[in-house]
Amino acid sequence: MRRTYLGEFEEVVLLMVAILDGEGYGVTVSQALEEHTGRIVTFGTVHNTLIRLEEKGFVRSELGGATAERGGRRKRLFRITALGSRALQEIQQLRQDLWQLLPPNTLQLNGI
Amino acid sequence: MNKSSPPRFAHWLLTKLHPDDTLEEVEGDLDELYTYWSTRSGKTQATLRYLLNVVSVLPPFVLRRKTNKQQYHNASNYRLAMLSNYLKIAYRSLVKHKGYSFINIGGLAVGMAVAILIGLWIYDELSFDRYFQNYDRIAKVLQTGTFEGEVFHGGYNPAPMGPELRTVYGDNFSHVVMSSWTDDHILAYGDKKLSKSGNYLSANAPDMLTLKMLSGTRAGLKDPSSILLSESVAYALFGTADPVGKSMKIDNKLDVNVTGVYEDFPYNTEFRDIKFIAPWELYLLDQPWIKEAQDSGVWGNFSWQVLVQIAPNTTFKTVSEKIKDIRLKHSPEVAFIKPKVILQPMREWHLYTGWDKAGNVEGRIQYVWLFGIIGVFVLLLACINFMNLSTARSEKRAKEVGIRKAVGSLRSQLISQFFSESLLVVAIAFVLAILLVQLTLPFFNDVADKRIGILWTSPVFWLLIIVFSLLTGLIAGSYPALYLSSFQPIKVLKGTGSSLRFRVGRFTSIPRQVLVVIQFTVSVTLIIGTVIVFQQIEYAKNRPVGYDRSGLITVAINTPELRQHYNALRNALLETGAIVDMSTSSAPATDLKSQNSGFDWEGKDLNFKDNLGTIAVSHDFGKTVGWQFVKGRDLSRQFTSDSSGMVLNETAVRYMGLKDPVGKQIRWNGKVFRVVGIIKDMLMASPFEPVLQTVYMLNYDWANVINIKLNPVRSASESLPKIEAVFRKFNPGSPFDYKFTDQEYASKFAAEERIGKLGLLFTVLAIFISCLGLFGLASFVAEQRTKEIGIRKVLGASVTSLWQLLSKDFVVLVLISCLFAAPTAWYFMGRWLQKYSYHTTLSWGVFAAASVGALSVTLLTVSFQSIKAALMNPVRSLRSE
Repeated sequence: MRRTYLGEFEEVVLLMVAILDGEGYGVTVSQALEEHTGRIVTFGTVHNTLIRLEEKGFVRSELGGATAERGGRRKRLFRITALGSRALQEIQQLRQDLWQLLPPNTLQLNGI
Repeated sequence: MNKSSPPRFAHWLLTKLHPDDTLEEVEGDLDELYTYWSTRSGKTQATLRYLLNVVSVLPPFVLRRKTNKQQYHNASNYRLAMLSNYLKIAYRSLVKHKGYSFINIGGLAVGMAVAILIGLWIYDELSFDRYFQNYDRIAKVLQTGTFEGEVFHGGYNPAPMGPELRTVYGDNFSHVVMSSWTDDHILAYGDKKLSKSGNYLSANAPDMLTLKMLSGTRAGLKDPSSILLSESVAYALFGTADPVGKSMKIDNKLDVNVTGVYEDFPYNTEFRDIKFIAPWELYLLDQPWIKEAQDSGVWGNFSWQVLVQIAPNTTFKTVSEKIKDIRLKHSPEVAFIKPKVILQPMREWHLYTGWDKAGNVEGRIQYVWLFGIIGVFVLLLACINFMNLSTARSEKRAKEVGIRKAVGSLRSQLISQFFSESLLVVAIAFVLAILLVQLTLPFFNDVADKRIGILWTSPVFWLLIIVFSLLTGLIAGSYPALYLSSFQPIKVLKGTGSSLRFRVGRFTSIPRQVLVVIQFTVSVTLIIGTVIVFQQIEYAKNRPVGYDRSGLITVAINTPELRQHYNALRNALLETGAIVDMSTSSAPATDLKSQNSGFDWEGKDLNFKDNLGTIAVSHDFGKTVGWQFVKGRDLSRQFTSDSSGMVLNETAVRYMGLKDPVGKQIRWNGKVFRVVGIIKDMLMASPFEPVLQTVYMLNYDWANVINIKLNPVRSASESLPKIEAVFRKFNPGSPFDYKFTDQEYASKFAAEERIGKLGLLFTVLAIFISCLGLFGLASFVAEQRTKEIGIRKVLGASVTSLWQLLSKDFVVLVLISCLFAAPTAWYFMGRWLQKYSYHTTLSWGVFAAASVGALSVTLLTVSFQSIKAALMNPVRSLRSE
């Protein structure tokens, strides 16, 4: 299988899209990021990342949900694709496997 | 809630700079975020964050959403099927619009043909003399100096120059060759007699010129009684037999043996007229005074050429530096003209010979540049046509582009489609251009005095020409290819296409108009230039010449027999009744060959460095050529004192500052002459220069030509055989060769007429190409406005007003071009005319006439289409909607 590289920030954004479950678009993703990770990033960064994720095929998007709040403009709503969720699961699996390999005391010692 | 809005400027920036396809969602998102921020942390915070975030979605920070390109990943643009489809569509659109295709291909072919012709001409000019293997090391010895404020250059050298270079400066040269000038001589073998031009050259000349010997050896010339023949002369004299070892005669007096046959020098070499080579030693034996001049060091007689090949380890510059003071060393008395001896390398002989009064080079290289520029312009005109017509027609193709895009064509595919289309057109035009060149070459060679052929076998030629065609195709095709392919399918296909009309009509018409202006500026400039060249020729031709050219012929005196029997010959000729009079002179009336100094007269300023043209004549010269007296009388046999008689021209009287000159004495070379008459200036040298101060003195021994005035009541074809019969009797050894003076005179205009004719040719072509383009554009405009015209007619517009409506735009463009062209032509032609002392003036008439001419051609071209459109029945044009 062709492995597509997924950056750390991309991974977080992808998770957010998955969490928001169909309600994810520029604003909600930014707000969720701020809320859950405390990271304040520019809107451009989120926007670019979403475009990149879509190019890689991890999310798909459609226009919709215009509200008066945004002057009747439509949102681009993102939804995770099967490829995206598999990528997340693989990362999760890989991490778990790696944790299993960790010698029992290493982290505790360093943690002190 | 107090609803505040984001800063307007930032919002405006966003809408201008953010990519179109994601603008809507980003705008909305940012608005939403702004409201969120302002409720959470206040308006100032929100505004700041809004600004920051807008910047983060502007280029270059923002990514563009890519179109779904990947899915076409494997669809190569260059698949065979696709290519054949492109060609098929191209072919169909060519066939469908036959008129446009003809204009496009025809114009381009003519433009390319002109460019190829000019290219071949330039190649020929630049490759002049390259036939010689020692091309890079051969030079001519030139004399320069400054006389009366004017720099002069001359290839005439004194006889001791050769020995001097050989003995004193021998290290610097591989070869030093003395040479006579290329003159006609009579070659005789048995009964066959031919008049052929050739040179006397030093024995090492064949090595220097690397003669290609077909028979015999180069060393053959070392024998003083030998001759080398060119292949053509050998064939003419000896047929197919091998001439080596045969004995023959030069000028009926010199016995020589043929020691070799060499390949004729090609036409594009300096020495193309040297049909035979005889040894310099033989020349010295024949003319002892030259040997005397050479051996005893006569440095004041400049009558010969010196050619050298410099040694391998040196350069022209260093050698020139070493030899520059030779003349000063031997003739210190001429120091006032600052004489210098220099070398002129062979590579400069053809293109860089000719100097203005300040000593700047004014050679043919200027014409190479001129025609090069014209060639580029003509090709440019053709390319402009192509671009203009393609863009003008883009509306027709717009639907095709829309449909192709709608079914999934990528822009790059459309670009390659249009490029392949324009390359197809260029390929057809190219084939036509080659055909055209092949057909016009004989005519072109005739006009340009060249022997050019298409270089069928030269890979460089083909490479150049293919690169150049590709370039033409790409340049000409780039505009339509890039422009047409940028159409958005939705706009094109929407139907009425008001937005499309805006883009196709207004927006693109500006570059198109600029291109038309460029075309006509070039054309009008060329028209004005050509007219002025012809005006100048006409002006010089109408100049009074001071004698009567009609029925005047000259025969060169090339054997001693003719000189010895002056009176007998004259009487015999007069008896035939075919002539009015006969005389001899040192030079023909069309060529002032000799200038001398050392004259002395009453009242001459001691420091005055005189220089006068000198001609020796017989008593009958005046009656033969019909010169016109202002004062005094002609030379006459009735006055025995006239044996030292002299006739001056008006310029000479002014030059010498003589008052009442008739009867005054003038001394020259220790001899006293008496002025008997003053004539009106006789134009003997260039018709573009002022007449030189000249003296005509009586001298029967210094005679080089026989002048004969034919009897005007008989036809030349009747008289000439009779004259020939007399010459046969007196001069049995040589063929009767004569020259008509009016033809010789006309040949003085050859260079100017050649420029004029070539200029005319290119001008006609430039106008033709421009008009083709205009014709196409006009028909396009008429077609585009069919409905408008229909409605106007229905509402009562007359044909005249419609014609005006359609023609006005083009006329304005051509008027603008005239405004550009006039000053350009004024500047360049003014500079060209400055070259001639005797020149016509630039008059507004020419400019006005050229502009009117261009306008009327434009109107004719455009009117054909506009009147056709105006006459159309509105029912037909309006019915279809």
